[in-house]
Amino acid sequence: MSRGIEIRTSPHLKRVVTVDKIMRTVVLALLPIAAFAVWQFGLSALLLLLTTTGVAILTEWFFARISGRGNTVSDWSVVITGLLLGLTLPPGFPLWMAAVAAFVGVALGKALFGGLGYNVMNPALVGRAFVQAAFPVAITTWTPAFTPGRFTEIIPSTLTPPFMQPIPVDAWVASLNMDGWTGATPLALQKFEHIETPIMDTFTGMIAGSAGETSAILILICGLWLAWQRMLDWRIPVSVMAGAVLVALPFWLLDPSLYPSPWFVLCSGGLMLGAWFMASDMVASPVTWSGAVIYGLFIGALTVVIRLFGGLVEGIMYAILLANALGPLISSWTQPRVYGSK
Amino acid sequence: MGFTRFLHGHKTFDHGIYPVEHKELTAGKPIRRLPFADELVIPLQQHKGRTSVPIVKVGQEVVRGEPIAVADHFVSVPMHAPATGVIRAIGLAPTAEGPKTQAIFLKVYHAAGQQVLYGSECEPEHMNVKDIIQAVQDAGLVGLGGGAFPSHVKMQPPAGRVIHTLLVNGCECEPYLTCDHRIMLEQTEHLIRGIRIALRATRAERAIIGVEDNKLDAVSHLRARIPKHLPITVEAVRTKYPQGAEKMLITALLDAEVPAGGLPADVGVVVFNVGTLAQMGELVPQGRGLIERVVTVSGPAVKNPGNFLVPIGTPVRFLLDQVGLKGELGQVILGGPMMGMAVSSLDVPVTKSVSGVVALEPEDPAPARRQVYPCIKCGECLRACPVSLNPSMLGELAVAREYGVMAEQFNLDQCFECGCCAFVCPSNIPLTQYFRIAKSINRDARRRDEAKQTRH
Repeated sequence: MSRGIEIRTSPHLKRVVTVDKIMRTVVLALLPIAAFAVWQFGLSALLLLLTTTGVAILTEWFFARISGRGNTVSDWSVVITGLLLGLTLPPGFPLWMAAVAAFVGVALGKALFGGLGYNVMNPALVGRAFVQAAFPVAITTWTPAFTPGRFTEIIPSTLTPPFMQPIPVDAWVASLNMDGWTGATPLALQKFEHIETPIMDTFTGMIAGSAGETSAILILICGLWLAWQRMLDWRIPVSVMAGAVLVALPFWLLDPSLYPSPWFVLCSGGLMLGAWFMASDMVASPVTWSGAVIYGLFIGALTVVIRLFGGLVEGIMYAILLANALGPLISSWTQPRVYGSK
Repeated sequence: MGFTRFLHGHKTFDHGIYPVEHKELTAGKPIRRLPFADELVIPLQQHKGRTSVPIVKVGQEVVRGEPIAVADHFVSVPMHAPATGVIRAIGLAPTAEGPKTQAIFLKVYHAAGQQVLYGSECEPEHMNVKDIIQAVQDAGLVGLGGGAFPSHVKMQPPAGRVIHTLLVNGCECEPYLTCDHRIMLEQTEHLIRGIRIALRATRAERAIIGVEDNKLDAVSHLRARIPKHLPITVEAVRTKYPQGAEKMLITALLDAEVPAGGLPADVGVVVFNVGTLAQMGELVPQGRGLIERVVTVSGPAVKNPGNFLVPIGTPVRFLLDQVGLKGELGQVILGGPMMGMAVSSLDVPVTKSVSGVVALEPEDPAPARRQVYPCIKCGECLRACPVSLNPSMLGELAVAREYGVMAEQFNLDQCFECGCCAFVCPSNIPLTQYFRIAKSINRDARRRDEAKQTRH
């Protein structure tokens, strides 16, 4: 009893899970998806992910420094933002544009609001929404998956010099002699030509699309693992998927030749990645039980409405951003019923 | 509620947490008597309500069990000498709460026989309700589970309320503590007698003993020993913190909710801790006063943890010397680690409400000094709060000093500071402490308002 005893207030015990551990676990869950993206699209995807993650980290570090918040990179949340952003971009997206997206996402989507915990919207999606508006052509330019030389060659557009128009990829794609390549994703094929890609291909990820959104099964496994680790509120992804099916099902039943099947809706585009890894962003989603369900259903339903009736091929990004904005309102509607108020 | 019950066989309430129990350190240790310290410190305020008034003088010799202070009010209890000795002083002594309070300092005669000679035997089974309640007050009985509320007051529900069920709290949901477990195993006869006295005094029709299912040996032990003709049943409830909180136990066993701001009597229930009833069953028939209690002394810093029958007033330092320490001492907590109070000095005595002394080693980094992150709205606190508050929102309001909004719109007053939210918070936000501060600021504000109104 040499040194004085300590006094603190109860509780004197603490669970060991901390914010940085939660964030590290989410990063861990994203790594298989990132690895699949690299395996599928090669060096370009690798460079893309490194760029978004690196620029996101630098941006976070810079703004934390000038605002005097100390080292906030160590909480790992910005790594998630960088990785997620990269996974939502086309594999051949020019690196300089990806860097802009990462900077805008972290600066406008997060630092401006006061950093971790205070952002209203998912920073990765803020960054993506910005480049969707700024570079509409580049963000809808798709390249085939599993090209033979993907580990030795880089997609030409990747290395577009800063502030230049993307280097065209048509000649490069033609030189690959890929059978059946139309330059469209399954979503676009379905929307404009009503050709539904075989469900198994969208399920496993043997398709073109954004770097990390193609394999529904892989995203599902990683998401379920995260939910099982209690690092993700399972209600949100489940309600997103339920909301999507609820809207898609009646139309498909009405005219299966015109409208996509619920399976296709779930497995195509960014729905899976959005549901499991972006809608579920803790900071920007409602904390209450029923709030999470309403929020999820809204995202799922709106995504399908945009896909079916909007001018855009995909809708998940805008659905999540809009739901993020509604989050505080949904939260305040759905305060839990307090004990003793029966 | 229904769903939770369906998932787990044993009854429980919604939400709550599962801290590591550490009960194996002492659960198998029978209750042992500890020697007397050289000096006992007996604070005059060991219970909720009005402070007791001493009836002894400095220099006066007292015999073990002799009354040394009397109740000053209906909500107050008398005190009895825990040992034969001489009153050395009446003055200020340190308490776990912080500020020093009046206490009687009793120098123990180690050579004396230490027999309890005071008391007059009675038959509670044949006494009327009023006399039983008087006998309970005379025994100086308070809630020994930590609440320290005078037992005789609980036995008299407010006008218009009828008690139909006596709930006997044998949950002991705090980590480390096992004294109630040992009491159920070792003082079974006293416990049953105490339940019968309480049933008679409250006119309840039945008693249910709720025991967490990490103590199934106590469940079967009690079931085997309760006479068939008595309306007493034993029910296992799920091991979960804070299952031993009065309201949570009522919800688990009776599927009823105590209305906000109300009492268990509002749903026809009164709750007593097993330790309290065991003492009642022992003391009331003998006409004696409460002078000792069972205390679990445990924790990673303790060399020989165990359950001990400790005279009231024994300094914590003496207790720790008896069990031995392993190395450096971090925190010493009176009660359990979830709701107990860290002592500021080892001279603080064991009082009637101290169910455990938990000694922790210095932690590196200490939990309180771990980095505090902003709230990431993970919702863990909402899933932990047993009364379904929104601690995340309340925490933000506390930082913004919106104490009034916390109470008016977000039910702050329903918080009973169980610590679940702070326990789970990954951002390490001291939520429970925030709420404690907010509640006390609101209390002060209310008091000021009332004072202002009476002046006008």
